[in-house]
Amino acid sequence: MAAADELTTMTAAEMAAAVAAGEVSAVELTRAHLDRIELTDVKVRAFLHVGAEPALAAARSVDERRAAGRPLGPLAGVPLALKDVFTTTDMPTTCGSKILAGWQPPYDATLTRRLRDAGVVILGKTNMDEFAMGSSTENSAFGPSRNPWDLNLVPGGSSGGSAAAVAAYQAPLAIGTDTGGSIRQPGAVCGIVGVKPTYGGSSRFGLVAFASSLDTPGPLTRTVLDAALLHEAISGHDPNDSTSLDAPVPPVVAAARNPDVAGLRVGVVAELSGDGYAPGVLTRFNETVELLETLGAKVTEVSCPHFTYALPAYYLIAPSECSSNLARFDAMRYGLRIGDDGVASAEEVMSLTRATGFGAEVKRRIMLGTYALSSGYYDAYYGKAQQVRTLIIRDFEAAFEQVDVLVSPTTPTTAFPIGERADDPMAMYLADLCTIPSDLAGNAAISVPCGLAPENGLPVGFQVMAPVLADDRLYRVAGAVEAALDARRGASFLAQARGLAGLDETAEAGR
Amino acid sequence: MTVTVPYDLAVARYEPVIGLETHVELGTLTKMFCGSPVTFGAEPNSAVCPVCLGLPGSLPVINKTAIEYTIRIGLALNCSIATWCRFARKNYFYPDMPKNFQISQYDEPLCTDGFLNIEVDGQEFTIGIERVHLEEDTGKSQHVGTTGRIHGADYSLVDYNRAGIPLVEIVTRPVPGTGALAPAVAKAYVSELRDLLRSLAVSDVRMEQGSLRCDVNTSIAPAGSGEWGTRTETKNVNSLRSVERAVRSEIERQAGVLDEGGRVIQETRHFHEETGKTTSGRSKEEAQDYRYFPEPDLVPVAPSREWVQEIRAALPELPAARRVRLQAEWGLSDLDMTALRNVDALDLVAETVAAGAAPDQARNWWLTELSRHANDTGAELADLAITAEDVAAVIALVAAGQLNNKLARQVVDGVLAGEGSPAEVVAARGLAVVTDTSVLSAAVDDAIAANPDIAAKIADGKVAAAGALVGAVMKATKGQADAASVRQLILERCAANLAAAWSPAGGTSRPLTTLRRILSDLSAVCRRTYVFPQSKRDLPAVESAKVAQFFTERYPDFGVPRRCRSPTVVTSGCKTQRRGRSPLE
Ligand SMILES: [Zn+2]
Repeated sequence: MAAADELTTMTAAEMAAAVAAGEVSAVELTRAHLDRIELTDVKVRAFLHVGAEPALAAARSVDERRAAGRPLGPLAGVPLALKDVFTTTDMPTTCGSKILAGWQPPYDATLTRRLRDAGVVILGKTNMDEFAMGSSTENSAFGPSRNPWDLNLVPGGSSGGSAAAVAAYQAPLAIGTDTGGSIRQPGAVCGIVGVKPTYGGSSRFGLVAFASSLDTPGPLTRTVLDAALLHEAISGHDPNDSTSLDAPVPPVVAAARNPDVAGLRVGVVAELSGDGYAPGVLTRFNETVELLETLGAKVTEVSCPHFTYALPAYYLIAPSECSSNLARFDAMRYGLRIGDDGVASAEEVMSLTRATGFGAEVKRRIMLGTYALSSGYYDAYYGKAQQVRTLIIRDFEAAFEQVDVLVSPTTPTTAFPIGERADDPMAMYLADLCTIPSDLAGNAAISVPCGLAPENGLPVGFQVMAPVLADDRLYRVAGAVEAALDARRGASFLAQARGLAGLDETAEAGR
Repeated sequence: MTVTVPYDLAVARYEPVIGLETHVELGTLTKMFCGSPVTFGAEPNSAVCPVCLGLPGSLPVINKTAIEYTIRIGLALNCSIATWCRFARKNYFYPDMPKNFQISQYDEPLCTDGFLNIEVDGQEFTIGIERVHLEEDTGKSQHVGTTGRIHGADYSLVDYNRAGIPLVEIVTRPVPGTGALAPAVAKAYVSELRDLLRSLAVSDVRMEQGSLRCDVNTSIAPAGSGEWGTRTETKNVNSLRSVERAVRSEIERQAGVLDEGGRVIQETRHFHEETGKTTSGRSKEEAQDYRYFPEPDLVPVAPSREWVQEIRAALPELPAARRVRLQAEWGLSDLDMTALRNVDALDLVAETVAAGAAPDQARNWWLTELSRHANDTGAELADLAITAEDVAAVIALVAAGQLNNKLARQVVDGVLAGEGSPAEVVAARGLAVVTDTSVLSAAVDDAIAANPDIAAKIADGKVAAAGALVGAVMKATKGQADAASVRQLILERCAANLAAAWSPAGGTSRPLTTLRRILSDLSAVCRRTYVFPQSKRDLPAVESAKVAQFFTERYPDFGVPRRCRSPTVVTSGCKTQRRGRSPLE
């Protein structure tokens, strides 16, 4: 167990170096993580599917590659947990929905392909809110994942499974998708790093769409450098995705290796603070801003007046797109089919399947979006929301004329108990208050742990936002924060997680 | 059931307004948003991929060639080309739509505000083009069961090969003021549009294969009211003839409704080829809300002005200009050209001419024999089992004297019946004219021998008398000889007989071919249509001298007629020596 512990607690960068140096084989590394998953996932429930066979096969090919003296990429042999929203030819893709239960895609997502090409070992597919709609994974048709800090708490969402897997040392790397905060918010509440790259920075081809104009794949990791390495591995233009950017990938790894905020202009967003924010969150946030100042950054307060409208605009745009994107799940070609008794019409089967196959939140959003796009309402809802989106983009543009990065808490509160907000959609939606503006504007943002809230000892996320394609600035700031806090603490952040020890005990007792 | 009003009465009292929406499948190599091939008739669901199947996670990428083709169409229809436009999603549920939305264009079409001029009965109409936009086609459903429609089907099969094929929609503005010509105008518009699209090489525009599909909007209002009535949209109109019939039948039906004091309902109607009638489909009053919104998976299309200019510069000759040119090249009358267009034979004639046929011959075949055949079988000319090359081959065989007109028609019948190429039909049916000179010669000799008096008349220059001998030869060869050749042969034989007597060596050693050449040269020189100089009296002195000079210069080895050693001698000497006899002797 101790040896396996060593293997699973390394950073991804260390693992890749160890594999490259021959100190450990990719197969050993993969086995250690598969074991860890087996031991801990009964409690965490981060994975919907563990692909031990394909993972070991991928690991073997990395080892063979190394043995043959062929060059290895910077993440070769490192295990990864993939959000179950990306298509994989060797594992099912369900999006956390009953309607796709057991669906085996015939093609790999571009991101899946890039990970495989980089020698990254995909361990399995992680749990998520159904079709990425939610902030807690409670909307998964297969039950919620747990926060490794405290199993009674949500791990955030929608990429909660990915965040929990990384926090529980089941994988050093995970991929999530951020539509309204679905990477940064679970990253924050699980005490890990979560990055939403610039929209279009990495391909959406093979990412089952929730809201096309917002969905952005990105890394969830335990360190800023690991995030940068993964960020780089999945980035770059994809001719199969019209919205993917045909621009050089920002130098994120270099920035993460040399974090330096001296002279950097940092703007604190005035609108993302105050009422509704937990005191512990604000305390840690303000401390971190002061920390940046001591590191040489020039901090000012910046106003983004339209951010207050971001949440309602988001809840018109995202459901509108989802109402159309999810229309294809109709039982005709793949996935669940209910009521096909040889008598029922196609329309009846479609209707019954959708009624049975979709969960409450998905249906709520489909209804909301259908309504918002309806003739007579379009201008008032979808049209207005798009105008607000433009105003938010202008707010960012104006702010980035004064400062290099903007900062805010990632979430108004720390992790909340499972069940607490399940019946209160509005309370749930508020979890994304700080993250949504960057989704609407398409710029880059990161959440990096900045300490524990004094009142409950739970992790607080510090959000950094940078202009479009200036993703490297995220890593400069987050890297500096991480380095300073680690130095001050003298231990890795996750070492403070109470639940992690409990997981091990439970696991060993369970043996 | 409302009684329909006879057409003439209907258009006497009501003024129709028509409008057309035409869908054209583009002939690109690959589909609109993916790399799957554009095919017809392939095995169901073989030309598909995750994108055109709408599998979760798949994303569309715009086919640049489809954009180029659409701009080409827009420019040819005199449209403005958008500097910036977006695709939109049209949302509705139907099993043949893989994503349950269609990527189309809504309020930002690629091309707008154009026109197309057409002509009906010598009257020109300008059809306003409201928009030309691009979208993706749907799959094809096959409903198995008694009804043939999705409702009441036992089960349905869907073929997604067609899903995602680029589809251009061309929408006209309402066309008022056509009066009784409304159906003809509708047909002429679709016909002109089809010619235009074909010339642009953007589609194979086969209505029967569904690569060109028409929805026809029709409304009527009391004549002179200045108002427009409620329109119906007739779908499933898939031939030129149907376009005309659908408008006609809707005018008759709507007139019946209004006559009875009823109200025309805005609805979709289906056209039935068998009855020529329309029946009610979905009512627009319960119309779906398509919830259009900009397609977030695609980036806007912003064709640069330079690119549009390049496309404009590369536009081929358009049909209207081409017709003017062809008419001049072919030397055909306006009437001929109109007739050719009416039966859609312009391209066929052009191809036939391109295959080597004389334009008037090509015109004759397509307008008469083949048009009759098409009429009899209810087919379009282009769908007959005969190609322009076949027709040109038949014309060539006739020109070469290997077929006469009667035989040529039999050859064409054979080709139409699928018996093979003209050459194969000729061989299989044994239709070639008798060209075996020995057979013909024998028949000619027999005829001459049997009719010495007629032969003498010919020798005396009464060429018309040859007709009787021709008839005899044709009879002897059972009609399989070419009358013109037979006539030529008879005249030649008579000439040869004369020449034999005329030549110094008695003629028997002189090759007939040389004589034939001389005779044809002679007639050219004489500038009169002498088959051979029939009588010295017919030759004015000057011409006669010219003939003699030509003769001696061109055929020195042939010798000169006896007793006629010099050109001057020809006129005088012949006169004295051969009085009352053929001047050649
Ligand atoms: Zn395809």
